[in-house]
Amino acid sequence: MSIGVHGVSKSFGTFQALENVSLDIPHGTLLALLGPSGSGKTTLLRIIAGLEGPDAGRIEEDGQDITNRHARQREVGFVFQHYALFRHMSVFENIAFGMRVRKAPAAEITSRVEELLHLVRLDGLGARKPAQLSGGQRQRVALARALAIRPRILLLDEPFGALDAKVRVELRQWLRRLHDEIGMTSIFVTHDQEEAFELADEVVVMNHGRIEQRGKPDEVFDKPATPFVMDFLGNVNLFHGRVENGRAFWHGVPIDYPDYPHAQSRPARVYLRPHELDIARTGTAAPGGLGGALAAAAQSLPATVVRLTRTGAMTRITCQTGDASHELHVDLPSAVAREIAFQPGDSVAITPRHVRVFLPDPEYVI
Amino acid sequence: MHSTMPPSATIPPRSRRPPPSRRAFRTVLPGFGISLAITSLVIVSLVIFPLAVLFLRAASLGPAGFLAAAWTPRARAAYAVSLGASLAAAGMSSLVGLLVAWVLVRLEFPGRRILDALVDVPLALPTAVAGLVYSTLYVEKGWLGQWLVPLGIHGAYSRLGIVLVLVFVSLPFAVRVVQPVIESLDKDTEEAARLLGASRSQTFLRVVLPGILPAVVTGFALALARSLGEYGSVVFISGNMPFKTEIAPVLIVSRLEEFAYAEATAIAVVLLAMSLAMLVVVNVLQQRLVRNSQ
Repeated sequence: MSIGVHGVSKSFGTFQALENVSLDIPHGTLLALLGPSGSGKTTLLRIIAGLEGPDAGRIEEDGQDITNRHARQREVGFVFQHYALFRHMSVFENIAFGMRVRKAPAAEITSRVEELLHLVRLDGLGARKPAQLSGGQRQRVALARALAIRPRILLLDEPFGALDAKVRVELRQWLRRLHDEIGMTSIFVTHDQEEAFELADEVVVMNHGRIEQRGKPDEVFDKPATPFVMDFLGNVNLFHGRVENGRAFWHGVPIDYPDYPHAQSRPARVYLRPHELDIARTGTAAPGGLGGALAAAAQSLPATVVRLTRTGAMTRITCQTGDASHELHVDLPSAVAREIAFQPGDSVAITPRHVRVFLPDPEYVI
Repeated sequence: MHSTMPPSATIPPRSRRPPPSRRAFRTVLPGFGISLAITSLVIVSLVIFPLAVLFLRAASLGPAGFLAAAWTPRARAAYAVSLGASLAAAGMSSLVGLLVAWVLVRLEFPGRRILDALVDVPLALPTAVAGLVYSTLYVEKGWLGQWLVPLGIHGAYSRLGIVLVLVFVSLPFAVRVVQPVIESLDKDTEEAARLLGASRSQTFLRVVLPGILPAVVTGFALALARSLGEYGSVVFISGNMPFKTEIAPVLIVSRLEEFAYAEATAIAVVLLAMSLAMLVVVNVLQQRLVRNSQ
């Protein structure tokens, strides 16, 4: 079931939740709506589900306009962040609910529920009440309940948001396999980029009710279309520099930037990802000595190590630029960092392997 | 300097104080003993002691005298009217209270806050006033009575009148108990039910109602208790006809007016026993509902 969103706008009072959003989702895609809170991603999901009506625009299913079709008739599976299980019903009855209100025969309900319990690996727990289950188990019940009505699309609103880190990763991988087995169009909302990149075929980054970028996870990560996407994907070093003559300047260090061949100097924002920086010790030589010479030769920036923070497999090295005006982060695999044995106070040279430069919107002067 | 001091001097004299009792570990806030003492004192002096006096006074009649006073045909009719009218009123209050609470919580409309405040008025108004106003409205020449009496609906000097005023005095309890529970309802579950294909009535009956039913039953119990003890409003609207519209509290007062104090207490004891029995039944039902809904 392909889904088309065409020019959808929605506001709540004075708050513009969605502004002229259009999106085509081909059949079988697992799509992530990624963005900070208030970016409109949940509103978009709820409009696709029929829980909210758009102020303008339309929703299509396989080219057929379903904008005014009630949620009850849309046959979507919806999974809520906080599970939204029926507390007074057993797990079995929760999953059976959609079939019961459709007046399915009892034998069919029993076999379908057993099948789903097996699918979500909760065999034998049908008689339990939701309160007797862990968070991960509850979310799997919610998923089984959504799948019970054989929905044409599956929508998940921050499905792993309320779970702890380990369960979240497990459920994520499990959901990916499930999606591949069932092969229906699925859309999930998340503010966690790692989740979006790991799980989704395609990622849609949203901000202020608009789509900032849409693409495969690699594309979005490697070629952020806007400063917002770059920022949101996180962990970037941002510097305010300038561009001229096909080069950007970062603390006086020139970086090739052929997109701007003009002679007139303009301010620019320079983004450096911590794992795309090389760092090398320059000894304790005075600035202008060996370190300074090296730095100039390799277009690198002299800096001083401030502290080291180990976060699992990676070690983050916080450095201060030579003039002590900025801090920047460099990520190294922990094994490498241990081998080089950086110490706070070490003089280092930092060389960017990859730089992204964004120019502010041009100001036209008449 | 510091090192020359004997080590024991720097250690606080912990051993002198007795180790804290186990109970002190279990509670976060202090004052368990004193608060239990005050609670017991209040319950004993305000509830248990007066009730004990009541029972003692009734017991002074002896078994035969007690039966003769409390189990006369007129008294039995009064119990029946009291229980019947109270059950009917509590039932109506629960239903109407559920509706009112739902409207106050879920609907946005101008004047909602005023309506919300009005719910408590029956608690503040002297109930005798309510009884007088109701009887004025529903008598044959009254504003409402002139239309209703020709239709055979007697709102004054009838059992219907008793039920009407009892609904008036007990409605606030039914509303206020259910209201916070409706406020805390998880709207996601209603949306989930709708997305699974449930109709509005299926969503309400299968998903919403089981969650609020325990509170509705609690409201019923409070409304029932309030109705069983009500006197002031009923005495003005019921007409107090023995065997027809005389309720037990009114009978108690008429016994008192005859200076038959022991007989009055005997009737009170029976009324009290019946009320307690019914409240116990309702509470058991409520507990069972709570267990089911978790």
